[in-house]
Amino acid sequence: MFSAEEWTAIQLSLKVGGIATVVAVPFAVAVAWVLARRDFWGKSLVDGVVHLPLVLPPVVTGYALLLLFGRRGVFGAFLADHLGLVFSFRWTGAALAAGVMGFPLMVRAIRLSIEAIDVRVEQAAATLGAPPLWVFATVTLPLAMRGIVAGAVLAFAKALGEFGATITFVSNIPGQTQTIPSAIYALTQTPGGEAGALKLSLVAAAIALGALVISEVAVRRARRGAAA
Amino acid sequence: MISVAVKLTRRDFALDVAFEGGAGVTGLFGPSGCGKTTVIRLIAGLECPDEGRIVLGDRVLLDSAAGVRLRPHRRRIGLVFQDAQLFPHLDVATNLAYGRFFTPKAARRIGRDAVVEVLGIGHLMKRRPATLSGGEKQRVAIGRAIVPSPELLLMDEPLAALDDQRKLEILPFVERLRDEFGIPIVYVSHSVEEVARLASTVVKLDRGKVARIGTPAEVLAPTALAPAAGRFEAVSVLTGKVGRVDPDYGLSFIDHPAGRIVVPGLLPATGSDVRVAIRATEVTLSLARTHQVSVRTALAGRVIRVDTDHGPFALVTLELAGGDRLHAYATRLAVDDLGLDTGDEVQALIKAVSIDERAVPGLRVVTD
Repeated sequence: MFSAEEWTAIQLSLKVGGIATVVAVPFAVAVAWVLARRDFWGKSLVDGVVHLPLVLPPVVTGYALLLLFGRRGVFGAFLADHLGLVFSFRWTGAALAAGVMGFPLMVRAIRLSIEAIDVRVEQAAATLGAPPLWVFATVTLPLAMRGIVAGAVLAFAKALGEFGATITFVSNIPGQTQTIPSAIYALTQTPGGEAGALKLSLVAAAIALGALVISEVAVRRARRGAAA
Repeated sequence: MISVAVKLTRRDFALDVAFEGGAGVTGLFGPSGCGKTTVIRLIAGLECPDEGRIVLGDRVLLDSAAGVRLRPHRRRIGLVFQDAQLFPHLDVATNLAYGRFFTPKAARRIGRDAVVEVLGIGHLMKRRPATLSGGEKQRVAIGRAIVPSPELLLMDEPLAALDDQRKLEILPFVERLRDEFGIPIVYVSHSVEEVARLASTVVKLDRGKVARIGTPAEVLAPTALAPAAGRFEAVSVLTGKVGRVDPDYGLSFIDHPAGRIVVPGLLPATGSDVRVAIRATEVTLSLARTHQVSVRTALAGRVIRVDTDHGPFALVTLELAGGDRLHAYATRLAVDDLGLDTGDEVQALIKAVSIDERAVPGLRVVTD
């Protein structure tokens, strides 16, 4: 049904999207919490930087990633030398690009759900003797779960569709950085590739739809749990 | 023993309050916007004053001069919000158990089962907060706050969000808390009746300052309240014992040396002391003892003062049998027609005695 190359692209897309989402969630929760609950000088700047990938042309984001996380980039060189983590022209780079592009969507969803929690519920927990981290883990996090799930699914869907930043940052290498969108693009550039492009497009649609259904179920469950 | 002295300046509000509260209930009373809730939040540690000192027993919770400021979770002070604020994702049992975990073993002097019993919430344990009525939520919130055996309980208008039937339902629970668990309570309210019924000390706040501190009878008497707001706010506080309850009529009868006081609702615990707040505007004076009117409460007393310095109104103060004072507003015309003067023996007819009769129109009919 699928050629080996198409199959590789599908698997790679799921891996890249999945890892990007899972790694991004804790960072997104932390940033969302800070934006929702803390006031500090330069907050709008942080807010702006977080949202940048949403408004910049994806190619620009990809180029920025190349400058920062490329083999000779500021962070790239450090991470490669000290942690052995190389991004350029690897699937890890595709995951980074996907994660960065989906990050603002995730932060937005989580921030909204944290802001919807009455501060006084958290304060009630504190007056009952719960230290701040405990309050966060037993009250804030469970009550924000709907937003976290929704944000993660949104970011995952975004990761699956991410093309511009990925192709700029890590190019289009089959088996390494060729995700579904890159593969579709390559197929449409090849004579006789239309059938393959159509198949992959349908797969992309199916995965996105599946993710939405799963999130709907998860949100409904979280809602029943939170009765909110 | 809680001792509070705090100063706080915000853009549109200044607070400068000092008072002490002992055992029993200290009522923080005053109009909305007077700073009651801010004082509660300062004691709980949810806000920080510009300067001040708060001492609970022998523990210094806050001393801005010494740089001491205990975080809320280290203060061991329970807080009941106006609107319960239960944990929506946890069932009632887990809500109640939440604070227990953080209570040092040696400090666990209040049993969960006793709390559940006093508040009558045993049948709710498996329920989620969203499925509870307002009164049930508030009872669970009160339980959640006292299960960890706090050294002080703060209640911020705990009945304000409830309808009148629920208020009548919960007030006796608060009285039992006060009497059975021995936790000192700071109780915020703008309802004269609630404060009169619960508090042993009343701190009256006005625009961020302490206007007066004293017993309910002193602070809530007509002469103590400003004339403008005073006529409708002024109450007398009488103490009696619960005699009989009549479930058929939905009434309770309180025995007072000066007569029998009929109140709406079923009070628990026959034989226990209760306080009743009576608005000065709700008292009718009669020279003759009569059963020909619809009012069922008639208290015998002697006029000790007639104060005609209230425009068309006169404030008549009676001394009832047993020593309680009762204030009554009448028109000066009525005083002159009856020829009322100090030393006269009169009957005080009280039409409606309820917790907050402004809000209990339905109950007025019942009392008559």
